Amino acid sequence: MANKVKLVPGKSPNLFTERDAGKMPVLECIHLGIDFGGLHAVQDFDVAIGPTEITGLIGPNGAGKTTIFNLLTKVYEATSGTVLLNGIDLKGMTTPQVCKMGIGRTFQNIRLFNNMSVLDNVKAAMNHTIDYGFATGILRLPKYAREEKLGTEKAMELLSIFDMQDEAGDRAGSLPYGEQRRLEIVRALATEPKLLLLDEPAAGMNPAETTELMENIRKIRDRFEIAIFLIEHDMNLVMNVCEGICVLNFGQIIAKGTPEQIQNNPEVIEAYLGKKKEN
Amino acid sequence: MKKKNYGNLFILFALTVFFAILGGMLYTGNIGRQFTNMLIPIFMYIVLAVSLNLVVGLLGELSLGHAGFMSAGLFTGCLVSIRLYGLVSDPLRFVISMLVGGLVAAVFGLIVGLPTLRLRGDYLAITTLACGEIIKTIITNLKITGGARGLDTGHVYSGAKTLFPYAVVLVYLTVIVMMHIKNSAQGRAIMAIRDNRIAAESIGINVTHYKLAVFVIAAFFAGAAGVLYGHCFANVKAASFDYNVSIEILVIVVLGGMGNIFGSIAAAVILRALPEMLRGFENYRMLIYAIVLIMVMVLSNNKKVQSFRYMVTGKLKKKLRERKAAKQAKKGGEMNG
Ligand SMILES: Nc1ncnc2c1ncn2[C@@H]1O[C@H](COP(=O)(O)OP(=O)(O)OP(=O)(O)O)[C@@H](O)[C@H]1O
Ligand SMILES: [Mg+2]
Repeated sequence: MANKVKLVPGKSPNLFTERDAGKMPVLECIHLGIDFGGLHAVQDFDVAIGPTEITGLIGPNGAGKTTIFNLLTKVYEATSGTVLLNGIDLKGMTTPQVCKMGIGRTFQNIRLFNNMSVLDNVKAAMNHTIDYGFATGILRLPKYAREEKLGTEKAMELLSIFDMQDEAGDRAGSLPYGEQRRLEIVRALATEPKLLLLDEPAAGMNPAETTELMENIRKIRDRFEIAIFLIEHDMNLVMNVCEGICVLNFGQIIAKGTPEQIQNNPEVIEAYLGKKKEN
Repeated sequence: MKKKNYGNLFILFALTVFFAILGGMLYTGNIGRQFTNMLIPIFMYIVLAVSLNLVVGLLGELSLGHAGFMSAGLFTGCLVSIRLYGLVSDPLRFVISMLVGGLVAAVFGLIVGLPTLRLRGDYLAITTLACGEIIKTIITNLKITGGARGLDTGHVYSGAKTLFPYAVVLVYLTVIVMMHIKNSAQGRAIMAIRDNRIAAESIGINVTHYKLAVFVIAAFFAGAAGVLYGHCFANVKAASFDYNVSIEILVIVVLGGMGNIFGSIAAAVILRALPEMLRGFENYRMLIYAIVLIMVMVLSNNKKVQSFRYMVTGKLKKKLRERKAAKQAKKGGEMNG
């Protein structure tokens, strides 16, 4: 099922920027929903994201943000609705298949391969580049050396973009917190995604690290020309890097728009920003 | 960036020295009868432990059915060997029977692996244990394998001197295959599943595929080792390969260290030889054996000991890196100058 919908700025369910006008959305969710028992964790989630857009997903704790990422990456199967990635319906696909289709992600609670080296964490995600079978690896055929060399070079290049080349040999689990978060992003990028999902990338970071992260997010979009969809509680980050924002409350979208629109939306202020100030 | 794997070279070197010494002692007759009898079983346990390490250490799943796979390979391999006896040359007979034994065990690995794939942790351990017991019971009740009286392998029986070269080759093969898997894209995928299954799936790793492959490969080597083992007895009973053997293999793997190939080899040798070496202590020997086991487990699980180890290896690695960086900086300086 290919959709021919083109993006029109400012028109529902779309968010974005002029830059992606007229292009096909990289991601389109139509009435996406999931129930856990009686709980409607996500309901009627409609969103379209442009191919080079940075979109934010915000909302109070338990609003269903992570659940949406889990729906997109097939950790959960949706109870209703459709997800289209570049116009292709993801129905019935598994998590690894969705990754191959072009969705990369990070996790709210860091999930690295702690006992593997930083380099191996990245290489493990390079199924596009390092492509040989069990037999080639066991018999050490010439292809093995070729692919491994290429893989290592590419992984090192990726790591050096984020200034992590010196940590390549370290155990991932021994990295400081901020670098673990960064490695998770590098690993997701190694899968060559068209859409990168970041679940609270700034959580637990100090202001300096957050500033660096903001630069990195823009750098990723400019350099890899991909779309980024991010969940974040840090409003400074969201308002600064996101071009479109989607606000979720109790599993439902309560507002969509540019950062200025969201900041001035009374419903959002009440449900989210206002409540935040009281704390 | 080129990286030589000195760890693997060291293991192969140590193995070669070990084989040379044992081979020298065996063929010059400088070795007691008791020790000669222990030789092939030790080699078998090395193969069993190293192959089980692929499941437990690399994939991170507890399997307690390894003795079952070994048993399946042992009996089919020995049956093939008995049929082929006199028809083909001895080396060819050994190779064919080990291959057939390994392949049959691999099929069993697949059969056990398929339905149990969704299980993890304790559930997988208990299910594989049950599968091992089922294999044992089936073999005990089959006519062709001699039923409860066991399979008469009398006329394919071979001494340690005959079996030694095959055992050496099998150990080398197992170790090299495991090393190569560990340092390949597949090994990374398997370890990624071990470290974080959800993250592994999110980067495109098909967990089912790798789990099955690991089960099949590990079972293959267990089966081949079983065939070798069968040939050093005049009679083999499936009942002697029950879950106790599986647990013994697991103990070796845990003792040697998860994912540590050299550890598995060393632990197999020590744990198989230790009870024999302690024969002088008669009544106390199992007690000493148990105490040694507990001490090693406690020590290797101790946070302080672990952090000490990390500290030492970490410092070493850092020094190496610094030296390399200094070299490179010098090179860069020369180029600029
Ligand atoms: N597997 C599950 N089974 C049952 N309920 C679930 C499951 N996963 C999430 N939920 C529920 O769905 C709701 C949304 O959870 P979710 O993790 O998506 O929130 P969130 O917006 O990411 O919150 P936070 O900002 O705290 O990360 C919560 O009420 C949660 O308890
Ligand atoms: Mg969340």
